[in-house]
Amino acid sequence: MQASTKGSLEPRTSNGLDQFVTALREHGSPDILDLSGANQWNLDFLSTRGRLTSDEFTHAATTAFSGGDFFQNQSDNSRIQTFCKLSLDYPPASFDAVLVWDCLEYLAPELLEEVVSHLHDISRPGALMLCYFHADQAAKTLPVTQFRILDSKTIQTAPRLTSRPTQFYSNRAVEKIFQNFQSVKFFLTRDYLREVIVRR
Amino acid sequence: MSTLPSRVAEPAHHNTDTYRATAGSATIGKSVVIKGQIYSREDLVIDGEVEGSVEAIEHRIVVGPNGKVTAGVKAREIMVQGSIKGDVEAGDKIDIRREAKLVGNIKTQRIVIEDGAYFKGSVDIQRGEPAKAPAPAAAARPQSMTASTGTTGQMPAAIPVDPAKR
Repeated sequence: MQASTKGSLEPRTSNGLDQFVTALREHGSPDILDLSGANQWNLDFLSTRGRLTSDEFTHAATTAFSGGDFFQNQSDNSRIQTFCKLSLDYPPASFDAVLVWDCLEYLAPELLEEVVSHLHDISRPGALMLCYFHADQAAKTLPVTQFRILDSKTIQTAPRLTSRPTQFYSNRAVEKIFQNFQSVKFFLTRDYLREVIVRR
Repeated sequence: MSTLPSRVAEPAHHNTDTYRATAGSATIGKSVVIKGQIYSREDLVIDGEVEGSVEAIEHRIVVGPNGKVTAGVKAREIMVQGSIKGDVEAGDKIDIRREAKLVGNIKTQRIVIEDGAYFKGSVDIQRGEPAKAPAPAAAARPQSMTASTGTTGQMPAAIPVDPAKR
């Protein structure tokens, strides 16, 4: 992963976020996990809709897998265990909702499987997850982004790093990742971002 | 503790680069290491290492850029520029600056976090009463009081001393 020199703070409409926020209401006062790293926008928005836990997923990944090849290091079991202690170290069935954003896109298969399994464990039955996957099959590098919630339908993307994608995530590939979950719902967007709501 | 009247503490200049200990605040310097419980009745600046617990319920705690706190922290207001590993409770506000690292759960009425700050933990926003006015720093008793006895011979409530006449 490399630091990004490009910035894009353009707001964009997110139908996936809109559905996610609407569905949050069925949980009363939900326990929400946000993997984007703490930012003022998400704190202000989410803390009024439930009890928010903020996690520094990308920071944990760069800490655990740096030194050498970032992607090859993700096959190292001891590094995977280190990563899982830095991020996603929560008791089982802790959350009603998880904002995964694009965190899964930069994970090698072994780590991806471990992380999805952790997400399953720490989510309660019926919990929702919002995930983004870039849909540009030809892209050689992709931004690793912090997503900021401006309102229930609008996000702002702030690229932090760039990274090469580990694979292209077709709809079928996404469904396979979440095969142990109850349902996977896709939202079409005009740009190259595939929005997915997963229900545990 | 001085018995002379103290002037009102001036607000510190809390920009993102520097902070200054205010008049009426205690400081734990960067070469100081404390293991134990700290209870403060005035504002507290921590630029050293503290392990244990830190409380300044009616006051402000600043964890400076060199501060490293492995402790639960409770205060009226907390500003973090260094690192805290522990649960943090602020009756009024928590301010997490961009160079800060906070790992622990937060309970407060308001939270401000700068872009770039590292925070891992839960946030419990308390929608309660407005924060109480800050308690004054340990106030000195006036050297003299103008008093008169009432018809019952009892002393009236303390009469404020005009600073110009001190």
